[in-house]
Amino acid sequence: MKRNNFLPSFVKLSTLFVFFASSVVVCAIDNPQEATSVWSGVAEFWQEICGIVNTLGKGVLYSIGLFFLTILFAFPLGLIVAFARMSKNPIICNVTRVYISIMRGTPLMLQLLIVYFGPYYVFGMSLKNYPEFMAAVIAFVLNYSAYFAEIYRGGISSIPVGQYEAANVLGYSKNQTFFKIILPQVIKRILPPVTNEVITLVKDTSLAQVIAVVETFTIAKQLANAQASMLPLICAGVYYYIFNFIVAMAMERIEKKLNYYR
Amino acid sequence: MAVLDIKNLHKSFGEIEVLKGVDLSVAKGEVVSIIGPSGSGKSTLLRCATLLERMDKGSMAYLGDYAVQEDASGNSIYASNDELRKLKRHFGLVFQNFNLFPHYSVIKNIVDAPITVQHRNKAEVYEKARELLDKMGLKERENYYPHQLSGGQQQRVSIARALINDPAVLFFDEPTSALDPELTQEVLKIIRELADQKTTMVIVTHEMNFAAEVSNKIVFIDQGVIVEQGTPEEVIYSPKIKRTQEFLAHRK
Repeated sequence: MKRNNFLPSFVKLSTLFVFFASSVVVCAIDNPQEATSVWSGVAEFWQEICGIVNTLGKGVLYSIGLFFLTILFAFPLGLIVAFARMSKNPIICNVTRVYISIMRGTPLMLQLLIVYFGPYYVFGMSLKNYPEFMAAVIAFVLNYSAYFAEIYRGGISSIPVGQYEAANVLGYSKNQTFFKIILPQVIKRILPPVTNEVITLVKDTSLAQVIAVVETFTIAKQLANAQASMLPLICAGVYYYIFNFIVAMAMERIEKKLNYYR
Repeated sequence: MAVLDIKNLHKSFGEIEVLKGVDLSVAKGEVVSIIGPSGSGKSTLLRCATLLERMDKGSMAYLGDYAVQEDASGNSIYASNDELRKLKRHFGLVFQNFNLFPHYSVIKNIVDAPITVQHRNKAEVYEKARELLDKMGLKERENYYPHQLSGGQQQRVSIARALINDPAVLFFDEPTSALDPELTQEVLKIIRELADQKTTMVIVTHEMNFAAEVSNKIVFIDQGVIVEQGTPEEVIYSPKIKRTQEFLAHRK
């Protein structure tokens, strides 16, 4: 079950190389006026890109922060939600079911707006001590936990009942059975769908612009408007692509690491 | 004292009563084979004995320690979870589908429970595990993973895993049903050796000839009751009851 082999690795590596090499060239050219007229045009262009890349930098930090915080909280929370969803208690199970259904059934953009403006419009609370970034993290964690929960649930229910029985007979407690026997096998099985979800998350961070989080896309759009140019948007696209490229490579590496058993 | 003593075991799944009052007593060193048609309740009996299913009525004791007692009206009352966990040291179970842990190597499959559950001495457990693997003819395979082994080899690992705590009784739930005839012989050879060493065993099986050969006692179950039991000569070669005769008429 290899999902990320869509490009041979030398193509991947050369793409990365070209991008980095060109940015090095960009930054090395610091005095375009003295270049020949042909080169000065090229140099100006590269300098423009260099400026955009620099300006986008701060936004990229926010995107990365949003990404990692979402992963950090949504992975464990998703597991808890999955347990609640599989609970034998009908109230817990159904409440969770409704939660997952809403999270998956409505746009993340809408959820962001509700999480950010909800406290003000519903409870009349002030937004002064409520940074947009925090609202974005909360909305993303709530949304992604629902998706991860369903992935976990699928993974957990795919483990044969014989594994539980063998552990039971050997005397493992319920916790030991889950964390030592079941979860490692679940992680291996859910890796491909989790990779999908994580890659989507990288791109979804751009939705945080609707509540004015200054992430990559927000800045790119502002620059594009100010300069009446598409270049900032393309630079943002390259940023997202590289980000996802690294994510995909990391996930592929984990998948390979877990290939020692079936 | 009996190693295992089950009395008046009743078990229903919903409306269907699968076991209707079964008594089973296994003495030390005895090999008991349970035979019977599919759906007769023999697997359920084994699953109740190994605490994978909860019985509704009746009692059960290992080496005189009650796992399940009867109240005044005959309903089963289970010991506390802690006590049940301790009792699990008294038995091992070999599954039809092996149920090895795929993410653990062969040796880890065997040693993990005694080390993390029973907190036994690590070096001692490893030594014992290697001894068992040697006995199973898998000395060179300790660092393999289950998927790298044949079905017969996997089943032998799972027998070693079941033996690591020196259980008082070893249960087999159709141990060769998932294996081809050649691999079946591999596994039967091991069970035969265990029988020669006076290992107490309870075997649910469809291998009639094998059961006749290794067992001291044969129990024939049909529709949730023990129809006939006795020595292999009595039950397999000259059954007295008509239902047993019918069932065994198809014996190869």
